[in-house]
Amino acid sequence: MIRVENLQKKYGDHLVLKGITTEIQEREVVCVIGPSGSGKSTFLRCLNLLETVTSGKVIVNGHDLTDPKTNLNQVRSEVGMVFQQFELFPHKKVLDNITLAPIHVRKMPKETAEKKALELLRKVGLQDKAHAYPEQLSGGQKQRVAIARALAMEPKVMLFDEPTSALDPEMVGEVLAVMRELANEGMTMVVVTHEMGFAREVGDRVLFMDDGYIIEEGTPQALFSSPQHERTKAFLSKVL
Amino acid sequence: MSIDWSVVIEYKDYFVRGFITTIELTVVAIVFGLIIGLILGLMQISGKIYLKVPARVYIDLFRGTPLLLQILAIHFAVIPTIWEDILQMTPPSALFSGFVALSLNAGAYIAEIFRGGIESIDKGQMEAARSLGMTYGQAMRLIVLPQAFKRMLPPLGNEFIALLKDSSLVTVIAVNDITYAAFTTAKSTLERMGPYVTAGVMYLLLTLVLSRVVLYLEKRFTPQARKK
Repeated sequence: MIRVENLQKKYGDHLVLKGITTEIQEREVVCVIGPSGSGKSTFLRCLNLLETVTSGKVIVNGHDLTDPKTNLNQVRSEVGMVFQQFELFPHKKVLDNITLAPIHVRKMPKETAEKKALELLRKVGLQDKAHAYPEQLSGGQKQRVAIARALAMEPKVMLFDEPTSALDPEMVGEVLAVMRELANEGMTMVVVTHEMGFAREVGDRVLFMDDGYIIEEGTPQALFSSPQHERTKAFLSKVL
Repeated sequence: MSIDWSVVIEYKDYFVRGFITTIELTVVAIVFGLIIGLILGLMQISGKIYLKVPARVYIDLFRGTPLLLQILAIHFAVIPTIWEDILQMTPPSALFSGFVALSLNAGAYIAEIFRGGIESIDKGQMEAARSLGMTYGQAMRLIVLPQAFKRMLPPLGNEFIALLKDSSLVTVIAVNDITYAAFTTAKSTLERMGPYVTAGVMYLLLTLVLSRVVLYLEKRFTPQARKK
């Protein structure tokens, strides 16, 4: 589904990603953990080219993202992204937030898009908020709408960039519950997270990143109970 | 001292024509100023040096020289050169020169308002739109510009009012606007106060209406939720 080969990313002279190689299978849930500044968000953002890749290869869904001939809009429409700060469109109602891309990118008729949006809102438990504006929602509700918005494009992969980091603690659960359900349905997911409980419970595989490298990867059981690398041990001892 | 209003009545056709001309000048300059301003504003934020530099030069040129000089230069130098020397035609009227000068000048100021408005929208909004597969153009048109426009309305309102008043400068190339009507009436009747007070009242009326329209738009572009 996703293949990354020796991915490097430079900001000016500063090398943030120093050579990432990994593969993510269909229906796999991969959690990316690591200290801040380790490059995990940058790595995620390279997977739908919100960041330009300095060198290396990123192949998503059969499209080589680093090939200049690739239609990036097409690729991005097949990859859902959920942001830490939600990034709902504040001038649009919840329903319009969800239908905007299907209507304008997929050229879906408005009625079909709205019907589908309502189904997705039901799925995330917010069908009664269809006509609210984002500012009327709590953080947890906003993030659930953001997930519904990404799902409306029927993505083949969902990327989550610290989806619960900006939430009040009591709202983390409702967002994780939606993500857990998605994982159970077989969605391919890459999740940058600080929620070790979620990574342990839902993740098929955990990548530990530090200083621009994937230091260690494995099943959650293996990585959390018997980390091999010193840096992984040091990090886990602080967060667990 | 008493003001003799009879000359204003006598020359009322001048004032009516001037009133209409001033409105025409303002509306044309607003419309073309918005178009020029949007293009220049987008060029400035494009991140492409071959678009940014020309936009910057244009804005510096039109903001850095007096409007009065621009009007004179466009009417007496630029337009005659283009029409007589290049097109081999008779140049258009002074009113046309006024339209051109005011629109070009307004475009420079409006470009800065557009740039500021667009840059004030969080970058995450563009990223969210792009991540849904929208093109840069769609993301600008559907997500960034509608939000930026609301923030741009107050400075745009100021610009429109300044434009309305600055349109009086075209009097120097004998465009029949409100100021020209007052000036010619005062000159030919030797009545000093009446014509100028009348012109002032006309401008005041127009600026008041314009500022109310801008206020109304500001309210309309505020989402329902915030009104409660």
